[in-house]
Amino acid sequence: MTEPARTGTSRRRFLAGSALVGTGAALGAGALVRSAPTALGSTQHDGHGAGHDAPGAAHDVHGGGAAGPTFRSGRAVDHEANNFNPTELLRDFDYGTTSKLPDGRTLREWEIFATDHEIEVAPGVRFPAWTFNARVPGPTLRCTAGDVLRVKFVNGSAHQHTMHFHGIHPAEMDGVPGIGAGIIEPGGSVTYSFDAEPFGLHLYHCHVGPLAEHIARGMYGTFIIDPPQPRSAADELVMVMNGYNTNFDGQGNQLYAVNGIPFHYMHEPVRVKRGELVRIYLVNILEYDPINSFHLHGNFFEYFPTGTRLQSADFTDTVVLGQGQRGICEVRFPHTGRFMFHAHKTEFADLGWMGFFEVTE
Amino acid sequence: MLRRAVSRTPSWVLAVVGLLTVAAALLAVAVLGGQTLPERTGPPIEELAVERTVLSPGTIELTLRNTGPDPVQVGQVAVNDGYVQFTGGEEPIGRLGSGTLRLAVPWQDGQPYLVSILTSTGAVIEHQIPVATATPQPNGGFVGQMVLLGAYVGIIPVLLGMLFLPAIRRAGRRTVRVLLALTVGLLAFLAADATIEAVELAGQTGAAFGGVALVVLGAVLAFLALTAVARWLQGRQSQPGSAPRSPGGLRLALMIAIGIGLHNLGEGLAIGSAYAVGNLAIGASLVVGFAVHNTTEGLAVVVPVPARPVSLWRLLGLGLIAGAPAVAGTLLGSTVANAELSALLLGIGIGAIAQVIVQIAPSLRDRATGLVDSAAFGGLAAGVLLMYATGLLVAV
Repeated sequence: MTEPARTGTSRRRFLAGSALVGTGAALGAGALVRSAPTALGSTQHDGHGAGHDAPGAAHDVHGGGAAGPTFRSGRAVDHEANNFNPTELLRDFDYGTTSKLPDGRTLREWEIFATDHEIEVAPGVRFPAWTFNARVPGPTLRCTAGDVLRVKFVNGSAHQHTMHFHGIHPAEMDGVPGIGAGIIEPGGSVTYSFDAEPFGLHLYHCHVGPLAEHIARGMYGTFIIDPPQPRSAADELVMVMNGYNTNFDGQGNQLYAVNGIPFHYMHEPVRVKRGELVRIYLVNILEYDPINSFHLHGNFFEYFPTGTRLQSADFTDTVVLGQGQRGICEVRFPHTGRFMFHAHKTEFADLGWMGFFEVTE
Repeated sequence: MLRRAVSRTPSWVLAVVGLLTVAAALLAVAVLGGQTLPERTGPPIEELAVERTVLSPGTIELTLRNTGPDPVQVGQVAVNDGYVQFTGGEEPIGRLGSGTLRLAVPWQDGQPYLVSILTSTGAVIEHQIPVATATPQPNGGFVGQMVLLGAYVGIIPVLLGMLFLPAIRRAGRRTVRVLLALTVGLLAFLAADATIEAVELAGQTGAAFGGVALVVLGAVLAFLALTAVARWLQGRQSQPGSAPRSPGGLRLALMIAIGIGLHNLGEGLAIGSAYAVGNLAIGASLVVGFAVHNTTEGLAVVVPVPARPVSLWRLLGLGLIAGAPAVAGTLLGSTVANAELSALLLGIGIGAIAQVIVQIAPSLRDRATGLVDSAAFGGLAAGVLLMYATGLLVAV
C-alpha cells in the first residue's frame, strides 16, 4: 500500500506527493530552516506517560504507549470456541492409555486426529489453522523411556497430513511422504508404533509438503520421554513458542506467542509458588523466523538442552533456540511478585511473545 | 393513434417514463438477478486507504477509507512491529465507509513509523508515516501563518513579475510575440509537471473515487468552464469592426490570470498539506525559490496587457486573481489534507492552463505571414527551460 521514501526533483511531487497520502520522502527537510510549530509537548520525550492521554488506555500493568505492547484493551480471545486455553495447556500432559505387555514393558496408546479448525489467534483476528486434536499446539504426549508407543493418527482434515515424531525409530514409522504409510489422505488413518527413546524433550509435527506451511498452520506438539529414573518432583510446565503468519506471505509472522495465544500470560500470569522447583519444557516450533529465544526476569535457571542429559549445561537467564530446538529449564523463584518472561528477540515480544510469572507464597 | 399520442406528449413526460422504465428494470435485476449470478470466489478483498494522519503527543490518529469492495474489520494494530492500544474501528468499515483509529503510541519527533493494521482475516494493511511531527492545530496563529505562506508563494511573486510591464510596453510587436511564446512555454511546463504530479497523487488515493479519472474530470470541467467564460467576455467586449478571432489584450491577460490562479490553488494546497504533515520546512530558501519560480507567472499575466493605459487597480486585480488562490490553497491543504480533493484541484489547474494556452496560441503567429516564426519557437523553448531551472530551486 505504501511505497518507500524516494527522492524526487519535481517540487510539486515533493510537496503534494509526500504530504497528502503520507508517503514519500522527507528529503532535505533538515537543510531548510525549520519553523515547525513548537506546540509539541514534551510528553513523548520524557520516556513515560506517553499513553496517559491516550484513548481508553488499559489499566493493566502493561497497557499501551510507553507502558508496553498490548492488544486493544477490553477483549480477549474466545478460549471456548478455540477449544484450548493457554493457561490449561501449561500443565496438560497426555500420558495416553497404558497396559502391560507380556514381556513386562508398558504399552502406551494414543488416538490423535487432525482437523481444520479456525481459531481466534488475537482478539478479533481469525486464523484458519490445521491442528492436532483441534488445538494449537497439539497435545503434549508424555511417556517413559523404554515404553512401547502406539499412536493412532486419524486424518479428519480436508488436507493430506502425517505425524512425524522426533526420536529414534524405524524408517517406516518416520511419518514422511513415500516411506512406510507415507502421506495419510483425508479420512485415512495409520498407527505409528515405536519404542520411546531417547529420553528427553522432543516434538512431533506434520511432515507433508510444503513443510513450512503445514507447520506454520499449527500442526505441532510436544513429545516428552521421561528418563527411567524420574526427574525430581517439580511444578512442570510446557511452553511451546509459536507464531502465526496470518497473511500467508511466508515472510515472517504477524503474531508470536507461547502456547498459542499472544500476550495471554500478560493477562493470566503463570502462577507458581515461591521456593518450589519449576520445570519448564521449552520447545521452539516457530516457522519462518530462524531463531527464537526465552528470557526470564529477576531469576536464573539451569538449562538442559533437549533434556537428554541429566546434568545442567548452563546457568543462565536467556537461551536462544533455532527452529525445532528445545530444552528444559529448572528454576526456583526466591521472591514473590510478578516476573516477566519473553523472547529476547524483542521484536517477537512486542508482537505477542511475552508474559508474566506470578510468584506467591 | 399511438404515434399521435406520443407526438403530443410533452418531452419531459417521455423522459420521466423512460427513466422509470430503466429504474424498474434495474430493480428487477437487483432483486431477481442476484440469486442467479454466481458469488465471487476466493477470500474477501480488503483495502483501506489512510486519508488523514493526525499526530498529537502520545497519539496517532488515522482516518481510514475502505476503497475495496468488501467490508473490512480492523482486528489489531501494530506500529513499528509492536502491538498498540487503540480505540475506534470496532465495527466493520463498509465499502467507501470511513473510520478513525486513535493509537496510543509514544512517538518521537522526526522518526518514521510504519502502521500495520491486522484485519479480522489476518490480512495486513500498512501505512507509512515518513516523518512524525505534531500536526498543527488550526488556531488563529496557524491560520495567520498559512495566509502569510500563501502570500509569500503566490501573491508577492506574481506581483513582482508584473513589474516587467513597463519594459514590455517599450518592446516591439515581435518581442511581445516572443514573450507570449515564452509564456506558453512556462504554462506548458506547469501543465506537464502538474499532470505527472496529479496522476501520481491520484494513484495513491486507492481510487475509491476514481483516482486518475478525478484529474481528468477536473481538467475537462475547468477547460469547459473557462472556455465558456472566455466566450462570454468576448461577447461583451466585441464591437462591430474589431477582429473577433484575436482575443483582446486585457481579456487575454484576465484569462491567463484565472488559469494561473486555479493552478496556484492546487499548488498552495500541496504546500499547505506538506507543511501540515511536517514534510516541509518553511524557510528563507523555500520562499526565495518560490518567488523566483512564480515571478515568471506574473510575467505571463502582463505580457498581453495592451499598450493603452491600464489602471493600477486593474493590474492589482489581475495579480490577485493569479496569486491569491495560493492563500486559499495553503489554508485548505493544511487543514483538510485529502488526496482526492488535491487530485481534483490539480486537475482543475491543468485544464485551466490548457485553456489559457489555447487562448494565447493564435497570438504567436506573425500577422504578416500567418506562421509561427523561429523566434517564437525559441521563446517556447526558453519558457520551458526557465520553468525547469527555477523549479530546481524549490525541489531542494
